[in-house]
Amino acid sequence: MSTVARKKSLIWDYLTTVDHKKIAILYLIAGGLFFLVGGLEALFIRIQLAKPNNDFLVGGLYNEVLTMHGTTMIFLAAMPLVFAMMNAVVPIQIGARDVAFPFLNALGFWLFFFGGVFLNCSWFLGGAPDAGWTSYASLSLESPGHGIDFYVLGLQISGIGTLIGGINFLVTIINMRAPGMTYMRMPMFTWATFVTSALILFAFPPLTVGLVLMMMDRLFGGNFFNAAAGGNTIIWEHLFWIFGHPEVYILVLPAFGIFSEIFATFSRKRLFGYSSMVFATVLIGFLGFMVWAHHMFTTGLGPIANAIFAVATMAIAVPTGIKIFNWLFTMWGGSIKFTTPMMYAVAFIPSFVMGGVTGVMNAAAAADYQYHDSYFVVAHFHYVIVGGVVFALLAGAHYWWPKMFGKMLNETLGKITFWLFFIGFHLTFFIQHFLGLMGMPRRIFTYLPGQGLETGNFISTVGAFFMAAATIILLINVVITSVKGEKVSADPWGDGRTLEWAVASPPPEYNFAQTPLVRGLDALWIEKMEGKKGLTPAEPLGDIHMPNSSILPFVISLGLFIAAFGFMYHAKYSWSLFVGIGGLLITFICMFLRSVVDDHGFHIHKEEVLETEKGVKA
Amino acid sequence: MKKWLLNWRLFSLFSVMALLLAGCGKPFLSALQPAGEVADMQYSLMLLSTAIMVLVIVVVTIIFIYVVIRFRRRKGEENKIPKQVEGSHKLEIIWTVIPILLLIILAVPTVSATFKLSDVKPMNKEKRDKNTVVVNVRANLYWWEFEYPDYGIITSQDLVVPTDERVYFNLKSSDVKHSFWIPAVGGKLDTNVENNNQFWLEFDQKAADKAKGVFYGKCAELCGPSHALMDFKVKPLPRKEFDQWVEKMKNAKPAATDAVAKEGEEIFNKSCIGCHAVTPADKRPEQARTAPNLANFGDRERIAGILKHDEENLKKWLKDPDSVKPGNKMTGTYGKLTDAQIDALTKYLMSLKVE
Repeated sequence: MSTVARKKSLIWDYLTTVDHKKIAILYLIAGGLFFLVGGLEALFIRIQLAKPNNDFLVGGLYNEVLTMHGTTMIFLAAMPLVFAMMNAVVPIQIGARDVAFPFLNALGFWLFFFGGVFLNCSWFLGGAPDAGWTSYASLSLESPGHGIDFYVLGLQISGIGTLIGGINFLVTIINMRAPGMTYMRMPMFTWATFVTSALILFAFPPLTVGLVLMMMDRLFGGNFFNAAAGGNTIIWEHLFWIFGHPEVYILVLPAFGIFSEIFATFSRKRLFGYSSMVFATVLIGFLGFMVWAHHMFTTGLGPIANAIFAVATMAIAVPTGIKIFNWLFTMWGGSIKFTTPMMYAVAFIPSFVMGGVTGVMNAAAAADYQYHDSYFVVAHFHYVIVGGVVFALLAGAHYWWPKMFGKMLNETLGKITFWLFFIGFHLTFFIQHFLGLMGMPRRIFTYLPGQGLETGNFISTVGAFFMAAATIILLINVVITSVKGEKVSADPWGDGRTLEWAVASPPPEYNFAQTPLVRGLDALWIEKMEGKKGLTPAEPLGDIHMPNSSILPFVISLGLFIAAFGFMYHAKYSWSLFVGIGGLLITFICMFLRSVVDDHGFHIHKEEVLETEKGVKA
Repeated sequence: MKKWLLNWRLFSLFSVMALLLAGCGKPFLSALQPAGEVADMQYSLMLLSTAIMVLVIVVVTIIFIYVVIRFRRRKGEENKIPKQVEGSHKLEIIWTVIPILLLIILAVPTVSATFKLSDVKPMNKEKRDKNTVVVNVRANLYWWEFEYPDYGIITSQDLVVPTDERVYFNLKSSDVKHSFWIPAVGGKLDTNVENNNQFWLEFDQKAADKAKGVFYGKCAELCGPSHALMDFKVKPLPRKEFDQWVEKMKNAKPAATDAVAKEGEEIFNKSCIGCHAVTPADKRPEQARTAPNLANFGDRERIAGILKHDEENLKKWLKDPDSVKPGNKMTGTYGKLTDAQIDALTKYLMSLKVE
């Protein structure tokens, strides 16, 4: 097959693609859209809380908005955006032509996408879930309507997608590294992805189990969480947090990875203490599983459990501290260039340190009885997730945008976005620490006047609008760049150190015409310092074997999407059960086809590769 | 000499922070103005952890500002390649060991406080001291019940406790999970659906005076549409007055005197008594007690936990409870009442007093 024969419409191309670079763009678009939805929900929350006794969003509707804000931001915005970065960068950083299982990569995306769409359908079909993103069992079983069913089934579907994605990256990083790319030569972002994928592998199954049990209770008359029938709601809390706490690290470790790349690049220095950074990342990943019960200090587990989990939680501060100092000392003695991504990275340090230290304060169990479920906690986790993860995603988007799209985002607009977002972020969340200590519980839709909570809440709302303005400018920047932006070279920042900056922007379908030979950490930097133009190849130029694109991942996911609707309404309409079974049949038939029909992929011939490479150089 | 200096510095840091924080919030609500032994313990733990954390922030900030200013790429340095440093074992050991030491300083008092706060032995003794006050707290969708098992009385919404002694609590929920929190007096503990949680609090008389005799209590766990409105009030009394209150409660009976209130009583006995009791000694099992006990309704601080306690608000509540507390369980359980009936009910309810 030749390039000409493979010309298809753009939409069909993206529906069927198995190319990690295009999947990255899909993740970026879908995650970006959900980020806007979640952001809008956040804005509604802040408008409602701007003054006491407000009636903009009252009672149940407010609970729906707050639940969807949390669920959307974690599962449908932050996770896929992290996956966007991982897909766009990791295969190239390790010198591979794609991930280990390109078909599964596409399947992972479409499962996430349909799960997310399913969850958001709830808005139009009788109301969204309203028991908080944690969906604690006693409340979620009481919740009328189908809101919680949407939550359970939607997260189940998108969760499978995430799990598949995680496994895929584990295998990719273990098996697909270019010759010479030993573990201790992997870029920090690849390391972070590796550890994150391992966390996904172990953290998502408990969520799956929890969701299955809840699905049984809600839809099929189970009694796992029904205390009156001998069930136990605390089990849900455990299952949720055994997943939920590692989830924080699933989000934040890639953020650390992104910042590590940015600090090194724009300081023109190799990462300080690389080995200890790797060690700290692995240790954080490990400890991340040992601390879930600190979310349950007030559940009544007793002083022994609380004390153990308190001390274990404090321990995480040590590897995190190591990382902070290593970043500072990466910049120390460097030549720092303040590009937009670097500004996010620099701002990340004090912001994240704030989130980190309040984390240690929360770890002090006895004092946490005061912080727990108050706005202090709201402030804490927003400092971690916005100050850490969102800053990183914005930084990474600016940093790798030229690599993904071949055009550089406007730096001036980028810096305006940064300042608005940075100011808005601190304005919104800093004051919330004090609101919490002053006695404001979280997840309340209103507060009465005269309790000393007015000023703080108003300031917080003002800050939210700054962040909204920043987001709008970012969108304008994206539009302007795609219309007017100029094509850029392979290494547009000029200081690229890792392999992704050695291939064209955007990279050709096969990434590397010749698989590179990696001769140390920061492989491209080494070549640059020796005055070489390109990488040292590890193989002669030849035909390149590529996977075929396929519509099956889309259809498999669509089948589950239909099945979820069918099973959800089975109690109401008897025919609905058959819709559910029909949906599952679609999925299983597609899986069967995939298993029995051999797909050998195709080859890009040597001449074509040479042609493409010439086009890039010209 | 040096140690004294360090202590003095730490002390001054503490007092500055305490001063700063004490300005925050209201004495009846704020955890930053501790009003009892528990809150005190938690507050000092907060101060200790904040002090350590401020220290960390200061160190990071100093290095951070220095680095960002000192090592920025200046004009003429466009082609400068800095030295590629791999790392430094000495530095790395320093910033591993120092945080560990700081955490140990924090961990020891944390563990000790965690155990102290859960010491509920006195309430669980075979035969507990008759002076030990125990309250069974039952959280319900948007209201609280307080049962004093040793005195055989029940009240709701307003918790009455003696000051300057440990009061012990049994916490549970009768529908979904809630969380019992009196921020000024101490941290929260969840009311679970499947088990009893136990803890103690101590209410400081002086702080109670400062808070004008009432602390605010909150539900801290999302429990439904009116979670934000599930407030309760705490009235701490000196032991003597508390004992008198208990006596009054034991003997309380509804005594409607004027004609309108009598009429209200009739309506009440027809439409409301199935759920609401009007005597503090309610012998029904808790499953049957599906609505707040109203025995001392006239003495309450708030209507429905949130509105100012006056007749107008009571009428508003009786007319359309859902407009006050969305999703509450009272809406629709009684027929439509005329304005005259509501007036009569209001008179009757306001006459239910023990004080």
